[in-house]
Amino acid sequence: MLEIFHYNFMVRAFVAGIIIAVLAPVIGIFLVVRRYSLLADTLSHVSLVGVAAGIFFNINPVLGALVVSSLAVFGMEKLRAKKKLFGESVLALFLSGSLAIALIILGLSHGLNVNIFSYLFGSITTVNSGDLWLISGFGLVVLAVTSLLFKKFFLVSYDEELAQANGLPVSALNITMMLLAAVTISLSMQVVGILLIGALMVIPVLTAAQLSGSFSQTLRLAIIFSLLAVIAGLFLAFYLNLPSGGAIVAVALLLFGASLLKNKRY
Amino acid sequence: MPIKQPIIEVKNLNFAYNGNVILEQVSFRVEPGDYVGIVGPNGGGKTTLLKILAGLLQPQSGSVIINGAPLRDGKTKLKVGYVPQRVAQDNSSFPATVYEVVESGLTPALGLFGRFSQSDRQAIERALKIAGIGDLRDKLMSTLSGGQRQRAYVARALAAEPAILLLDEPFVGVDLYAQRDFFAFLKTLNKKQRLTILLVSHDVDMIATEVKSVICLNHGLLCFGRPKILRADGVMNSLYGKKITHLHHIH
Repeated sequence: MLEIFHYNFMVRAFVAGIIIAVLAPVIGIFLVVRRYSLLADTLSHVSLVGVAAGIFFNINPVLGALVVSSLAVFGMEKLRAKKKLFGESVLALFLSGSLAIALIILGLSHGLNVNIFSYLFGSITTVNSGDLWLISGFGLVVLAVTSLLFKKFFLVSYDEELAQANGLPVSALNITMMLLAAVTISLSMQVVGILLIGALMVIPVLTAAQLSGSFSQTLRLAIIFSLLAVIAGLFLAFYLNLPSGGAIVAVALLLFGASLLKNKRY
Repeated sequence: MPIKQPIIEVKNLNFAYNGNVILEQVSFRVEPGDYVGIVGPNGGGKTTLLKILAGLLQPQSGSVIINGAPLRDGKTKLKVGYVPQRVAQDNSSFPATVYEVVESGLTPALGLFGRFSQSDRQAIERALKIAGIGDLRDKLMSTLSGGQRQRAYVARALAAEPAILLLDEPFVGVDLYAQRDFFAFLKTLNKKQRLTILLVSHDVDMIATEVKSVICLNHGLLCFGRPKILRADGVMNSLYGKKITHLHHIH
C-alpha cells in the first residue's frame, strides 16, 4: 500500500493536500456562518483569470491566481460596502465576469500546450517542488494570521454591528478574511481544482456543524473531516486514476451524508 | 450642594438619512444610575438615537457627552454596553455556545493580537452569574428560548463591565412571562450593579410601570421625565399622532 509514497509527486501532493485540508475549513467556517459560501466559488473563478494570465505571460499560474484574486477582493468589498448592488449580485458579477475574461485569455493563448483541466479539477501530478514551497509559505501565513485574529473574526461573523459599536475595524477585518480566502483558494487549485475548492471549504464545515456543540468544536471537527477527505481522496485518485479534486470532494460528501444520518434532526 | 454631573448629556442632536429628518434638536441629560425607557412610534428615531449613543452612527450636528467627555473623541473612560435588536437578525444556524458569545464581549478590548487573561475569564464568569445563565454556558445559542438568549446578550455586554447599558427592543419574540422576568433582571442590574440603563420598547404600558424615567421621541423630544408624564393629557396623542387607548396587560 505504501508504494504510493515511492513517487515524489505523490509525496508532494500529500504534503500540499494536508496543508490545504487544514486551511480550507479554517477559512471556510467563517464563510459558512456568515452565509457567504458563494464567495469561495466566486474567488475560485476569479483565480482562473490569474491562472490564464500566468499561462499567457509565462509566469507561475498559482502566483497569477494569488495576485488577481487578491485584487478582486478589494473590488468586491468596495462594491458591497457602497451597497449600490445586492451582496450576492456582486459575487455573481465577479463569478461570471471573471470566467468570461479567463476564457478570452485562454483563447488568446491557444497555441500553448497547457492542460487547463488540471487546474479546473485538480491533478496530483502538477504540484512541483516550487509550488510546494509556495503552498507551505503562504499556508503558514494564512494560519498564523487567522489564529491571531480568530476571536475578532468570530465577533465580526456573529454580530457585525456589535463589532462596529465596540470599535473593531470591521471593514479591514472583512477584507483580511476575504484575502485569506483568496490565498487559500489560489494555493488549493492544483490539488482540489478551481471548480471544487469551494466544496472543500464548505462541506467539512457543514458536516462538523451537524455533530458539534460549539464553534471551536465545529472548527476542530471540520479540520478532521477535511483531512480525512483529502487523504482518502488522494489515495482514491492514485489507485483509481481519478481527478484528485473529484475524489476528495466525493469523500467529503460521503462524510456529510453520514453526519446527516447520525444527526437525528434530519 | 454639588451639582451632579450627568452620565449622558445629549445636546441639540440632529440626524438625517437620505434627506429624511430622523432626529431634530434632541437634547436631554441622564443621571448616573437612572433607568430610562425610550418610547415613540415606528420610525420616530428611537433606534437611531440608541445607535448614536452606542457610537454606531455619527450625528450631522449636536453632541453626545459621556461622563464629561465627548463620545466622538473616544476619550470617555466609561464603557457603553449595547444590545442590538435581535431576533430578526439572529443567526440560528451559527454553532456558538452561550460562553463563546459572552466571551466575545471582551474581544474588542484584546488589542490586535491579544489573548484572554485570567481576569478576563473572571469577568466572563461574573457576567454569566449576574445574568443568571451560568448553567447554560455550554448550550448552543440556537437552543435557548428568546428570554434566555436576551440574557446571554446582556451578559455579553456586561462582560466588558460597562457603566451604561443600551437595549434596543429586547422583548421582540419574548413571551409575556419571560418579559416580566427580564424586567425584574434589569431592575436588579440597575439597583445592585448601579448600571445606567436606556431601553427602547414599543410597550408603553410596561415601560410606564418599570422604568424610572421616560423619553418620548418622535423625531423631536416630546417629553422627558418620570413615567407618570405618559399619563398627562395629550402626551400620547402628540407622540403617536392619533387618539391612543391604553390596553393594560392582564397579569
